[in-house]
Amino acid sequence: MTGTIFVAIYLAAVIYVGIFAFRGARGGDASGAEGFFLAGRSLGGFVFLFSLFGTHMTAFAILGSSGHAFHNGIVTYGLMASSSALVVPLLLLFLGTRLWWVGHEFGHMTPVQIFRDRWECGHIGTLIFVVQAVLLLPYIIIGVIGGGKAMQAISGGLVPYWLGGAVVAAVVMSYVFFGGMRGTAWVNAFQTVLFLSFGAVAVAVIGSGMGGFSAVVERLLASPATAPLLTRERVSPLYFFSYTFMPLSAIAFPHISIFCLTAKKMSQFKRTVILYPICILAVWLPCVFLGVLANGSSAVPKTARDEVLLLLLGQYAPEWLAGMLGAGIMAAVMASDSQILALSTMFTEDVFAYYGHKERFGERVQVMVGRGFVIALTAVAYLIALQAPGNIFELASQYAFSGFAALSPLVVAALCWRGSTKWGALASTLWVIAAVAAVAVFQAMVTAPGVWWRAGEWDAITRTPAGTLVFGMLPVVPMTLISGALMIVVSALTPRPSPATVARYFPAVAATRQ
Amino acid sequence: MNRWLLVLLVVTLYALHQDFWFWRSAHPLVFGFLPVGLAYHAGFTLAAAALMALLVRVAWPSHLERE
Repeated sequence: MTGTIFVAIYLAAVIYVGIFAFRGARGGDASGAEGFFLAGRSLGGFVFLFSLFGTHMTAFAILGSSGHAFHNGIVTYGLMASSSALVVPLLLLFLGTRLWWVGHEFGHMTPVQIFRDRWECGHIGTLIFVVQAVLLLPYIIIGVIGGGKAMQAISGGLVPYWLGGAVVAAVVMSYVFFGGMRGTAWVNAFQTVLFLSFGAVAVAVIGSGMGGFSAVVERLLASPATAPLLTRERVSPLYFFSYTFMPLSAIAFPHISIFCLTAKKMSQFKRTVILYPICILAVWLPCVFLGVLANGSSAVPKTARDEVLLLLLGQYAPEWLAGMLGAGIMAAVMASDSQILALSTMFTEDVFAYYGHKERFGERVQVMVGRGFVIALTAVAYLIALQAPGNIFELASQYAFSGFAALSPLVVAALCWRGSTKWGALASTLWVIAAVAAVAVFQAMVTAPGVWWRAGEWDAITRTPAGTLVFGMLPVVPMTLISGALMIVVSALTPRPSPATVARYFPAVAATRQ
Repeated sequence: MNRWLLVLLVVTLYALHQDFWFWRSAHPLVFGFLPVGLAYHAGFTLAAAALMALLVRVAWPSHLERE
């Protein structure tokens, strides 16, 4: 009951921050499309860092990571956290800043607007919008599933999954609807501060409750069943390597790339890039370590998955503290807000405005349509979440992460390569559609585990309980490499955009050549 | 700083992510409880932050900046 009260207080605080607290914040025209969807491109340094981090770290960062570590051991940290700590800041430094510049220079609000302008295309942009929207939907559903599960666990079953999911969806929808990007960004910053604090406190409380870390680790090492969890011997180095491709998805995720456009100054990327790995360490290390240690606790059944941390808190923390920490967990799982807003921005800009409706009905109607889209999308995500199978981690990694990682060559090519063309972009996009569909169909039709295709001595395609392996690696590796190769080859064979367009996007190079 | 040296630093850190040398052992336990494989990647994360600080200092795309 105490946990439910704390979560209720937390949700009320979120609604207050998202809708009322920063309504009067200065910067940009709050009533127009840019004001609603991009906070008038005026976010300051603190909120930009914490909101960007909170936007990227969703339910999988806390619930999924501890559940994954419970079954797979310390390898979870290397698979997702440390690789992201290197790759994501690099993407933000070299591509995020370019996105910011393009947005400020040409007034673009979505990645598709940039692609259309950069490659002088129309319908190819619409196709990319559809692919991004389809890939983003599971990511939004993850937030609703995570919220429902967390509410159920924190309340000790008092709040059923369907009701928890509904409450989380309604709260998120409210502040996105009323607060737009500014409200969403401040809520994200508030949530990030909460779940960053959560890690240190949870480690201290649970560690003490379990009788000290050293004793638990020694117990785990003494058992042949649990000792491998403290090493990475159950995972092949090739599989481990393939996970370094996953963080490439960050820059292709529309909610991240759109967020790069909201900074008031480009210099705000500096602190974000440097502190990003530290934030990852602060969230992931405690969650992964506690997930592994849970194997030494009788409070966590062997079948547990995403509820591992909540079970540990229930067992070892006093009720009031478990309630407060539960609110911290809620902060982490309620990250679907920025995805919902991003999809709404994309729909209104890339479809509604692009096909002439903004000129016809005006910017006010455009924002109203965006708000209506927020309601419809949240409702659809909730209904799907009620039926969705599988756990958070698998759902996220198999479709959203792999698909967006394979779309990352589009962002790189648009911003960094003068020779890229719309036909290269089309080839990459069609490949991503085919590859994601092929993986989904394969996993639906082939029963795990087993080698499906052997090429000589190599296991070319393997169906595993968690998904699919291609030559021992995640499908994201061939998906991304082939996507990049198609972009290069097809662009080299097809005509470039006009010199004037290329010169606008690469002014330094154009000036050097004159 | 030389551009290629920075590229080499980034590639080196990326390669160091693949720490096969701590693959099958939990020992030594850092601070008495942290398996060495996990402690290594925590250190790797801090190294990534240090590299970012260096890149921001010497490879910042200032030509894009518009105050």
